Amino acid sequence: MSSVAQKSGFGATLWDWLTTVDHKKIGILYLLGGLFFFVLGGIEAMIIRLQLITPNNDLVSAGLFNDLITMHGTTMIFLAAMPILFGFMNAIMPLQIGARDVAFPFINSLGFWMFAFGGLFLNISWLFGEVPDAGWTSYASLSLHSPGHGVDFYAIGLQIAGGGTLMAGINFLVTIINMRAPGMTYMRMPLFTWTTFVASAMILFAFPPLTVGLFFLTFDRMFGGNFFDHTMGGNTIIWEHIFWIFGHPEVYILILPAFGIFSEVFSVFARKRLFGYTAMVFATVLIGFLGFMVWAHHMFTVGLGPTANAIFAVATMAIAVPTGVKIFNWLLTMWGGSIKVTTPMLYALGFIPSFVMGGVTGVMQGAAPLDYQLHDSYFIVAHFHYVIVGGVVLGIFAGLHYWWPKMFGTMLNELLGKITFVFFFVGFHMTFLIQHWLGFWGMPRRVWTFMDGQGWNIANLVSTIGALLMAIGFTVMVINIIMTTIKNEPVGNDPWGDGRTLEWAIPSPPPFYNFPATPLVRGLDTLWIEKMEGSKEMITPAEPITDIHMPNGSIIPMLMTLGLFIAGFGAMFHQETSWGLGVLIFGLAFTFVAMAARSLKDDLGYYVTKEQILQDQENSKRGRN
Amino acid sequence: MIKGLKKWRLFSLLAVFALFMAGCGNEEISTFQPAGQVANDQFKLLLLASGIMLLVIIVVVIIYTVALFRFRRSKLGEDHIPEQVEGSHTLELLWTFIPIVLLLILAIPTVHYTYKLGDVKAMEAVDDDGNAENLVVDVTAKLYWWEFEYPDLGIVTAQELVVPTDEKVYFNLIAADVKHSFWIPSVGGKLDTNVENVNKFYLSFEKESEGLKDGVFYGKCAELCGPSHALMDFKVKTLPRDQFDSWVAAMQETAEEPVVANADGEEVFSQSCIGCHAVSGVGESGAQGPNLASFGDRNRVAGFLEHDEENLKDWIRDTQKHKPGNTMPSFSKDQISDEDLDALAEYLMGLKVAK
Repeated sequence: MSSVAQKSGFGATLWDWLTTVDHKKIGILYLLGGLFFFVLGGIEAMIIRLQLITPNNDLVSAGLFNDLITMHGTTMIFLAAMPILFGFMNAIMPLQIGARDVAFPFINSLGFWMFAFGGLFLNISWLFGEVPDAGWTSYASLSLHSPGHGVDFYAIGLQIAGGGTLMAGINFLVTIINMRAPGMTYMRMPLFTWTTFVASAMILFAFPPLTVGLFFLTFDRMFGGNFFDHTMGGNTIIWEHIFWIFGHPEVYILILPAFGIFSEVFSVFARKRLFGYTAMVFATVLIGFLGFMVWAHHMFTVGLGPTANAIFAVATMAIAVPTGVKIFNWLLTMWGGSIKVTTPMLYALGFIPSFVMGGVTGVMQGAAPLDYQLHDSYFIVAHFHYVIVGGVVLGIFAGLHYWWPKMFGTMLNELLGKITFVFFFVGFHMTFLIQHWLGFWGMPRRVWTFMDGQGWNIANLVSTIGALLMAIGFTVMVINIIMTTIKNEPVGNDPWGDGRTLEWAIPSPPPFYNFPATPLVRGLDTLWIEKMEGSKEMITPAEPITDIHMPNGSIIPMLMTLGLFIAGFGAMFHQETSWGLGVLIFGLAFTFVAMAARSLKDDLGYYVTKEQILQDQENSKRGRN
Repeated sequence: MIKGLKKWRLFSLLAVFALFMAGCGNEEISTFQPAGQVANDQFKLLLLASGIMLLVIIVVVIIYTVALFRFRRSKLGEDHIPEQVEGSHTLELLWTFIPIVLLLILAIPTVHYTYKLGDVKAMEAVDDDGNAENLVVDVTAKLYWWEFEYPDLGIVTAQELVVPTDEKVYFNLIAADVKHSFWIPSVGGKLDTNVENVNKFYLSFEKESEGLKDGVFYGKCAELCGPSHALMDFKVKTLPRDQFDSWVAAMQETAEEPVVANADGEEVFSQSCIGCHAVSGVGESGAQGPNLASFGDRNRVAGFLEHDEENLKDWIRDTQKHKPGNTMPSFSKDQISDEDLDALAEYLMGLKVAK
């Protein structure tokens, strides 16, 4: 079937999206999936804050509160932040390196479906009324102790989603290594591509420990494994090590792509190349490396002994150095530039002070003896929200406004964008700044209520009002997205006017084959070079236009994941039901059959002919005039 | 001269900072008002770290603000193309080197205090007669309550830790069911109670709790441990050494001459409660429920409710309503009649050791 002659109608469109292997469409799927879970996690957050608005509040019960905090954390990290970033990586990174696709389009689709079904599995727990309640860290003694199937949903859901993440990471790594356009050396790659690269490498090393940990947990809970059960010779602290060997790098997996987005935004809207590009690259790599060396700073109070604590304390502080280099390089990128405060730039500007504050409180916790006071207090809640919201979420919002025209061919409303920013930013600081003091005043984290008369009332009230402002800000953004989509005013290649990297050289949204001819890259900020030389086409082709080979779409990735999804329920219910084991086997067999179908049937893809491409170019030119 | 001035400025800044921080929070629970050497060391480290970090924030915000105001496109014109600067080795070295120095300033006391606060060698020390030189308390964290055993004194109590002031008190910490974390914010940083191994650390209590709002310091569980994690509070009473000794003696006496405020209540207790709760302070840890020998002296019912008979009776009637997930059964009217409950409450409130 030629993909050029598209069928129309709802069914055909749906089928197209279910089977797509186009990296840009998968990027959009990730984005939509991530935003959906972001809304879900946000609602959970709002209920948490409403419960804590006054002392002795009884809006939700103690058990439900623990469900909410667990799902809020898990959802935001695994199902919102990471997938949205994957959305940008998928949609933008191949364009930035001048590639036509990712290295493994089929695996790319499989990764997305595993995320989608893993997230679905986790959240179906709400319908069963047995929700994970041991915290997003699911420390072993509590997670083994937790009755019902809540933690089972956590273990299996994250296992499926985590598999998808690992695949996506490997795919991005291979893509960046193998599919760069001619001339795109490593030291000419845009910073977002670099951070994608380092984050993917981190995924490659961080996710296997999580997989192992979840496997142990699954076997302890569902098959009597006794890895963590100390009454049977297991050890719960092993879980903590395994979890944080994954969990700490995970933080950098989230923040590095956000750093990448900000690097792009700063240099575009300051109309200046990134200051200290080389240092930025090395800082990124160094942060990636150090990210694996510091996991035990989450465990200073576990009782590791002074030597271990001292080593991990100093290692943790060391991360501040490359991060500081980055901050000052961003500042110097602005210095001497021509700064235009667009919505994405506004987020980048909001990011600097917010993230610096989150970073310095991280160093404070790195001082182990001080952490004895801070650990598991509200100070920690404040710190990591400053890093995750002040860094990652602001980065996501910046990227959303920045790349929206490239991904969808239409521009989000600037005024609404700025209104969103003001509400969100003010609300964010109002919510979390005061929480540092709550920690100092002795309030532990993860408490579903608190007694009157401990000096915490007003601070909690302020915090909750701040959270409401954030919710208003986000609502305005959703309205913005809906309005923009309905209006659908098309934009040109480079709607911001100052694009520097290759993605701005091609139409918005790009044709499905991205580049009619592979571009030739002649330096950092390829498009900027072309602009400065006054080149008309904005792209120097590395080769003449020829037929382009493209992969076929496939429903198999979705079917493979569906099998795992079914098998998950089987594993969970096999103890109390007679059908559980059968379902487990059926689900796995289903997946294996789908895999066999993929292996045994050759799928050679198809060619887009040269004539077709030339026709497209002609049409788009006519459309522009 | 200039240098001296700068130092003086920094010092006064820190002093103001300390004053500002100390003014915040409630004395019985705030880390800003350290009531002992450990908390004090940690507070000093906090001031140092905050000072350095505030400095970093101020520098960044200054550069940021200046850049933002000087280099706006609205001022420079739409068509202005700035010079495409590659970078600057000097500057980049500068902001690599300065943070390293700042971190070293923080790292040295960090390492020092890590070892100082982790030093529990004195725990096993004994004098010539083989008696322990230092007070050791074994803490067992259980689902939503705390048990404190004084192994060298042969006594045990729960929910309210009693310690002497002005000496180091050493702790052995363990959890009986799931992991918890032992934290007395105003006295010193926390340590986890793991299920598989004993953690050791020391705290030192230098302020008597008598003058505080409730006459006690507040202690908290800091590790998520189930539905009632938020309610797993305990209280700390600090006494001068001589008063502590008499408290210990009184606790030891509870084995011989039990206090009976209401004989009917005692009867009810021995029928319904004695399986889990002891009323003699002499013993070891490992009981099903909290030791009630000093119940009448306590500050809270179930660790967090106001200490009165009404709350006590409410608690016994419906324990799950107050502390969901805890392991104490509720007692209905069929099990304990209203009159019996009144007697029981009076009896329990009469269990006092402090004179």
